[in-house]
Amino acid sequence: MSSQDNMSEEHLPEAAEPHGTGLSVKDDPFADPGLPPHEPRRTDVDERAARRAERQVALLFVVSMLATVAFLVSYAVIDNSKTIYVWPFGHVLQMNFVLGLTLGVALFCIGAGAVHWARTLMSDEEHPSERHPIEADPDVRAKVLADFKQGAEESGFGRRKLIRNTMFGALGLLPLSALWLFRDLGPLPTTKLEHTAWSKGKLLVNMNTDQPLKASDIQTGSLTFAKPQGVEESDEDFQEVMAKAALMIVRIAPEDIKSRQSAEWGYEGVLAYSKICTHVGCPISLYEQQTHHVLCPCHQSTFDLSDAGKVIFGPAGHPLPQLRISVNSQGYLEALGDFTKPVGPGYWERSA
Amino acid sequence: MKKLSARRRHPLAALVVLLFALAATGGLYAAFAPAGSAKADTSPQQSLAIAEGKKLFATGCSSCHGLEGQGTSDGPSLVGVGSAAVDFQVGTGRMPAQQPGPQVEKHKVIYSQSEIDQLAAYVATFGPGPSVPSKDQYSTTDPSAVAAGGELFRTNCAQCHNFAGEGGALSEGKFAPSLKGVSAKHIYEAMLTGPQNMPSFPDTTMPEKQKQEIVAFVTHTTSGDNPNYGGLGLGRLGPVTEGLFGWIFALGALIGVAIWIAARTTKAKKS
Repeated sequence: MSSQDNMSEEHLPEAAEPHGTGLSVKDDPFADPGLPPHEPRRTDVDERAARRAERQVALLFVVSMLATVAFLVSYAVIDNSKTIYVWPFGHVLQMNFVLGLTLGVALFCIGAGAVHWARTLMSDEEHPSERHPIEADPDVRAKVLADFKQGAEESGFGRRKLIRNTMFGALGLLPLSALWLFRDLGPLPTTKLEHTAWSKGKLLVNMNTDQPLKASDIQTGSLTFAKPQGVEESDEDFQEVMAKAALMIVRIAPEDIKSRQSAEWGYEGVLAYSKICTHVGCPISLYEQQTHHVLCPCHQSTFDLSDAGKVIFGPAGHPLPQLRISVNSQGYLEALGDFTKPVGPGYWERSA
Repeated sequence: MKKLSARRRHPLAALVVLLFALAATGGLYAAFAPAGSAKADTSPQQSLAIAEGKKLFATGCSSCHGLEGQGTSDGPSLVGVGSAAVDFQVGTGRMPAQQPGPQVEKHKVIYSQSEIDQLAAYVATFGPGPSVPSKDQYSTTDPSAVAAGGELFRTNCAQCHNFAGEGGALSEGKFAPSLKGVSAKHIYEAMLTGPQNMPSFPDTTMPEKQKQEIVAFVTHTTSGDNPNYGGLGLGRLGPVTEGLFGWIFALGALIGVAIWIAARTTKAKKS
């Protein structure tokens, strides 16, 4: 039984006349066409359709209530370590899945019920409301201005200059107290960005084992991460220090090193480079041992570690800084000083 | 004793004796064999394996790697790569390579494990290199290994292989493969030998125990039974897939609802 048959024909109105202030389109193609004529919906003219819509809205609200109850019950009842297989999610925590599903249904059904209610049963007649100028009428404006002038006269604002000037002073000084708090954003970094925790004689400590590295530990084709001696993971400023000092160590066969300076700054092919990309400072260590390229995962800057960290692709503006290293008398790798160029991204005051 | 001798002519007696003999030999071998030592094995079986491996190498590998494994313009030198590299490359089907390209990918394994062992034994004679790890080298029963391995994985591996071992792109067509379904032995061998463009993580910078922990973490994380507590993992590839999913499906659903709210309702009309 289609709903069309259900409709009681006698309730249907005759073709409706347009209402509003529309003009005929024939005279002026750009004229405001006004609102379209209001047409009743099925539920407006057929009581049975209206009752059906009412039941549908109520059903949606009841489903929401049931889902909320299911949410409350499952929160109390379900074992929160049990996982179930749900297509297409795979293995999920049963509790999370049920809680999400019931809460989702509960919320959606309230919204869907309200929308269905508005679309079928609430009045859908449009009532235009014309805009009016917001300006007050001349009499009111004249009175307000007169009142203001009288008030200014009575306060003696123009006459008592001492009061006026001290008030301006007080009001002008007060915002300084808010501005003054900004001094804690300082002090200015001065040369902080040019220095790292590396300095002459500091040993290169393996991030994995926390032991100082020997040159013989580093094999050709390997990749190792190091921190400066004396920097501990338990330090309060560990992350801050490592944000500049993070180091990756590679070993490249001496005949493959293209830059003579790179070879001299390393030790028998062991080269140490900053791990911080010179573009916007992402940690980079996507090292390809055959091409000696290091790729930054953020914006695909690529550096050639066999050629003094030269940028060979991508937006980075500076080569990757290399740390000058050597071995001490016991064979441990040590820094010969700090990085000679600031590590990480460029900044306004950066000299080169 | 009488009972036992009475059954000595049973049809299955020979089989039982054979099984006992095999078990005893295997047990004795396991007890006395030097575990994971790199020194050359000069037993007759080993020289036989090397001889067989040499034949296999001449047929299957020498066209690219040279008759003595010295390398040619088509393939790198295999001097010093050790048996672990052969076990990984041939055991995952990467070698023999099908065609040159940015990266040799995983394929169907062509050689049997015994043939791979023979090849590995032969290649190991080119020069000292890492040998195939034994099971107690790459597996651990320590329950805290997964957590410790996760930390090591994020320091050393996650930059290329993704935090959940899903893999990722590298430059010029190369990529770090997904670690899903890779056997513990092959993960260990890859860290030890650094196949293709992957850097190696030798025992001198990453001790055996830490490799075990990484293997434990990778095996745990990539296992299909490991639940996605949050629901849809979306390949666990991070913000790219999540953003794409949000833009397409979540915004799509919201647009659908918005259209439903604003759509003109059906009007009652005389037909």
